[in-house]
Amino acid sequence: MNKKQKKMLARIFLAAALVILLHFLPVQGILRFLLYMVPYLVIGYDILLKAWKGILNRQIFDESFLMAVATIGAIVIALYEKSGDYNEAVAVMLFYQIGEWFQSYAVGKSRRNISELMDIRPDYANIENDGRLEQVDPDEVEIGSTIVVQPGEKVPIDGVILEGASSLNTSALTGESLPREAKAGDEVISGCINMTGVLKIQTTKEFGDSTVSQILDLVENASSRKSKSEDFISKFAKVYTPAVCYCALALAVIPPLFFTLTGGNPEWVQWIYRALTFLVISCPCALVISIPLSFFAGIGGASNQGVLVKGSNYLETLSQTKYVVFDKTGTLTRGVFEVNDVHHSSIEQAKLLEYAAYAESASSHPIAKSIQQAYGRELDRSRVSDIQEIGGHGITAVVDGVNVAAGNEKLMNKLGIEAIHCHHVGTVVHMALNGKYAGHIVISDDIKATSKEAIAQLKHAGVKKTIMLTGDARRVAESVARDLGIDEVYSELLPSDKVAKVEHILAEKDDREKVAFVGDGINDAPVLSRADIGIAMGAMGSDAAIEAADVVLMDDDPLKIAKAIRISRKCLRIVYQNIYFAIGIKLICLILGALGIATMWLAIFADVGVMVIAILNAIRALFVKKL
Amino acid sequence: MKKTYKIEVDCANCANQMEDATKKVNGVKNAIVNFMTLKMIVEFEEGQDPKTVMPEVVKACKKVEPDCEVYI
Repeated sequence: MNKKQKKMLARIFLAAALVILLHFLPVQGILRFLLYMVPYLVIGYDILLKAWKGILNRQIFDESFLMAVATIGAIVIALYEKSGDYNEAVAVMLFYQIGEWFQSYAVGKSRRNISELMDIRPDYANIENDGRLEQVDPDEVEIGSTIVVQPGEKVPIDGVILEGASSLNTSALTGESLPREAKAGDEVISGCINMTGVLKIQTTKEFGDSTVSQILDLVENASSRKSKSEDFISKFAKVYTPAVCYCALALAVIPPLFFTLTGGNPEWVQWIYRALTFLVISCPCALVISIPLSFFAGIGGASNQGVLVKGSNYLETLSQTKYVVFDKTGTLTRGVFEVNDVHHSSIEQAKLLEYAAYAESASSHPIAKSIQQAYGRELDRSRVSDIQEIGGHGITAVVDGVNVAAGNEKLMNKLGIEAIHCHHVGTVVHMALNGKYAGHIVISDDIKATSKEAIAQLKHAGVKKTIMLTGDARRVAESVARDLGIDEVYSELLPSDKVAKVEHILAEKDDREKVAFVGDGINDAPVLSRADIGIAMGAMGSDAAIEAADVVLMDDDPLKIAKAIRISRKCLRIVYQNIYFAIGIKLICLILGALGIATMWLAIFADVGVMVIAILNAIRALFVKKL
Repeated sequence: MKKTYKIEVDCANCANQMEDATKKVNGVKNAIVNFMTLKMIVEFEEGQDPKTVMPEVVKACKKVEPDCEVYI
């Protein structure tokens, strides 16, 4: 509670006590009026003052002004009718203030809760100075400095471990509770908590460019991108208040005039009272507060689970996702190619691999890399000459005086060598030595352990169709798709074909169904931005992915996609509940008020009650851990 | 040019009104008031100096919501 709130709470208690006291005092007439004015002014003086300023600034639809008119109106009616019932005006003001107080308290509290949840900001960095540790502002640490991170401390800046080994808790970044082991030479990302050993880290980035700063920046700005629901509500609020005020005016004037003209009893007082009730219901605050609060809580909860959503609008789109398009490599598969096997080798397998590695030594293609890795030894470039790359086919080269050809079946056909067809799934590199077939190497990209479960969960979450795009061979792609239960698969695509495919899917689907594209964030930026919503996975530390995507999954677990969708659904469900509930109750109160069934008491109760319930409901969006 | 300012305001609807008022100030291209993080992001038109525009923004905001603060 801040000072303002404490003061308000004191005023609320004082006014409430005075009203109860006055209830038992048998005073009448002018004295009663004056006595009741004491709690009225205690609780409402600032509202009256603000209303006055509003009049000066011509802000007649200001809620303070409306409350002032309603309560003063009620007092005037009480004076006119000599009923001495000033309770109503005081109570309306009192409940209005209680509502305002609760709103301010609840919003402040949830603001703090959510910020705490996202609190990965390191406060300091340790720098060793003459054998003594000195705490400095992370902003002041230059690239290449050595920092020391002790157990229990957060890694403040991205870097590489120079000395020491430890387990790192990445849960604040990824939502993953299993600690990650790190040793000298490993890269570490800021925001992780060092759990066991002392680490000496050489920084590779400035604090402002470090992962932790980027994430904080992103999440803090996320709620500034407003969703359609928020826009709708702020437009609604703009129309609602004036509309209700004009209705109130009409209610105060038209029925009495009508009755006067038709010779009936005009009952001015009764109609004016009903109009004042309208003014009490005219404040749109319950609506306007609960919607951004729901989104803010949803984004906060998601980021705590390692799902960064870059804006409320994206959370909204995510909840309407019906098609999920995957780029196979790096999302469903690990994106790491490994030599699985060597078949039909005419010479020793290791020797064949050695020839392959040398032939591919100039290439940086993932396949070539995997062969070089499988060979596992330093390559002596002088042993290889005459490297020729034949696009779409493979490579020929001379290694140790032997003519080596490494490539697909097309290459073998071209060289007039008969290749042995491989029945295994994966990328196959056929080898020929001095014009004779020498066997083939099978390379494959492992499917992630959770991919199958992830697809099943997406289906369960109401996704209509899952589609896989890949540049891989058809047989490989179809086998992976079958294993995982993916509905549609398009293979042998060039990067530009992927954009075209996504555009095709976008053109075919219904307008209200959204298409999500899931990529690893490396060289699929055009597709990420073309889809309704781009999801980048395994993005920890990759600036490009964070830049291009709308939703960033910090770790590379595909299960998080379904989780992100479930989080967004929950958040949007809460948003709609609040919209319908708040507007519904207000409309009911307006109707009851017009008919004279609802008194001003009920109106203010409804108003404050709706707000309290809507705020409490909004905070539910924060709890997404078990979703 | 975009700049972010800290603000202080109590109700969400007032924040929306501040946003509208700020958008109407001369020299302001666009404005977003984020009630949840209590921040105001003002995008200025080219060639406009925030130092001269911001006092106008504060004035406009005070007019719709006397209880607000914009820290410039």
